[in-house]
Amino acid sequence: MGWFSEMLGPFQGFATTFRQMFKPRVTVSYPREKRVKPQRFHGRHILNRYPDGMEKCIGCELCAGVCPARCIYVRGADNPPEQPVSPGERFGFVYDINMLRCIFCGLCVEACPTEAITMTHLFEMSVTNRADAIYTKAELLVEPDGTPNHPQPANPLIDLDELRLGSGWLRATSPSGRADYEGVTAWTPSATAGDLPPEQGQRRPGPAAGEADEVAAAGDVDRDGEEAP
Amino acid sequence: MLTGWEVFLEAAIKAVAVFAMLLTVTILLVWMERKIVADMQNRIGPYRAGPWGILQTVADGLKLLFKESVTPRKVDYAIYIAAPVAALVPALLIFLVIPIGQPFHIGDRLIELSGTDLNVGVLYILSLSSMAVYAVVLAGWSSGSKYPLLGAVRASAQMISYEAAMGLALVPVILFTRTASLTGIVDAQGGDTLGFLGVWNVVLVPSFVIFFISGIAETNRAPFDLVEAENELVGGYHTEYSGFRFAMFFLAEYINIFNISAITVTLFLGGWYGPDFGTPAAVAWVFPILWFFLKTFLLVFVFIWVRATLPRMRYDQLMSFGWKRLIPASLLWIALSTLAVAYRRLGLPWT
Repeated sequence: MGWFSEMLGPFQGFATTFRQMFKPRVTVSYPREKRVKPQRFHGRHILNRYPDGMEKCIGCELCAGVCPARCIYVRGADNPPEQPVSPGERFGFVYDINMLRCIFCGLCVEACPTEAITMTHLFEMSVTNRADAIYTKAELLVEPDGTPNHPQPANPLIDLDELRLGSGWLRATSPSGRADYEGVTAWTPSATAGDLPPEQGQRRPGPAAGEADEVAAAGDVDRDGEEAP
Repeated sequence: MLTGWEVFLEAAIKAVAVFAMLLTVTILLVWMERKIVADMQNRIGPYRAGPWGILQTVADGLKLLFKESVTPRKVDYAIYIAAPVAALVPALLIFLVIPIGQPFHIGDRLIELSGTDLNVGVLYILSLSSMAVYAVVLAGWSSGSKYPLLGAVRASAQMISYEAAMGLALVPVILFTRTASLTGIVDAQGGDTLGFLGVWNVVLVPSFVIFFISGIAETNRAPFDLVEAENELVGGYHTEYSGFRFAMFFLAEYINIFNISAITVTLFLGGWYGPDFGTPAAVAWVFPILWFFLKTFLLVFVFIWVRATLPRMRYDQLMSFGWKRLIPASLLWIALSTLAVAYRRLGLPWT
């Protein structure tokens, strides 16, 4: 029978291609139907605000420094004492991102000490003019009530609600960048997403005595406290 | 009475009808191929132009019409212009001898549903399909560029070798049916042997297989598409063609696929014969035409299926398969079938 099955060998390919005809399609007809994106999708950036409307950005330029594509330009300015823009000493006076150069690696999000810059789920950013691809603070910064801005109006391709999903990427990083804090939520509430609930296996550092001790034992109560507004 | 004018009118109507039918079928064929290959690769395929994307080919064709026909500086202009025509004309002419349905009467005039009934129909087909080689070779030569020339050299070798196997595969069919007219060959496959079906020539299995394989090679389809191998030769012989001239090559290729399928159906699968479910005489012409197109499109599906399944052959494999397998096999089969025919007609030599 060896020679017989060997003879049928080339025809098994025909059976395979025929069987494929009845299997479900893997193609998504994109503009008509959109795939659900993963929670930590790297899309367009937004600059967040605290729930009270204060800007999170403190103009430290760490994002610009870490950016491998060097597409971020930040200039800080001193907060006016009578009407502070951000809770710190300084705020981001100019904040530009050149989306043509951005490689959407998310290092700016990791570098940001105040979680001011996060990545959303929106990726439809085509422009007809190269200058339009440079997003300034006007487009990046959300409104005081948390409504995100976008240079183009909403249409079948641009779902502006995707710009509200800017928190997923934060959860990917180890809270505060320290392994000691694994399992403890460390993100701050924002105007867009509100106060994010802890994820599975995480807990909020609260006033409960046992938990506070545990955090103290981990050795950095101050930093944890500092991040809350 | 038959006047010259009537004969001329009938011929003109038939020629225009065949022409229109082939162009329509090509539109369907390209769409079918894209859809079926997409199905076999778990994709969707064209779906935006018209229902199920059926107008996609029309859109593509219109696009080609409106595009500029770029003429490279080094072309041999007269031949360069003539080559696409030389590809398209034989493709359109071949179909004229194929009967697509039962003959019927208008008044006392018998209308045959084929362009014409040549008594050398099989030879006519073979000679016209060899003409297709000229188009490819001339296109490659006149383009004045290296990839088309390479494609043309491959084409001349490939199409000539497979032409031989193709011609040899047809000899047993002519021996058994004792006619070279396609109408005659179809008639020989009629009858009620199995209740409703005649004995189709497909019982000559080796002939059928060899003819169909060489048919795929003659039309330069995968896995024998070395002539236009996109990833080696850019586009092969039609690299330097654009716009409507390219569209003519494209059209010729798909008409040839349909032609080879139709010829295979006519020679081996009983032509337009099939169960007619006792339809009244007035509409008796419907089922034969349906059967003919059903069988032909089934073979077209096989063409596409082969394309979606098999990878392209290497050049030396192609040549050794043609010369060392197909041609000896068809020679052996001719010898065997000659003996069988002689036995049927004359009996055993010692009786």
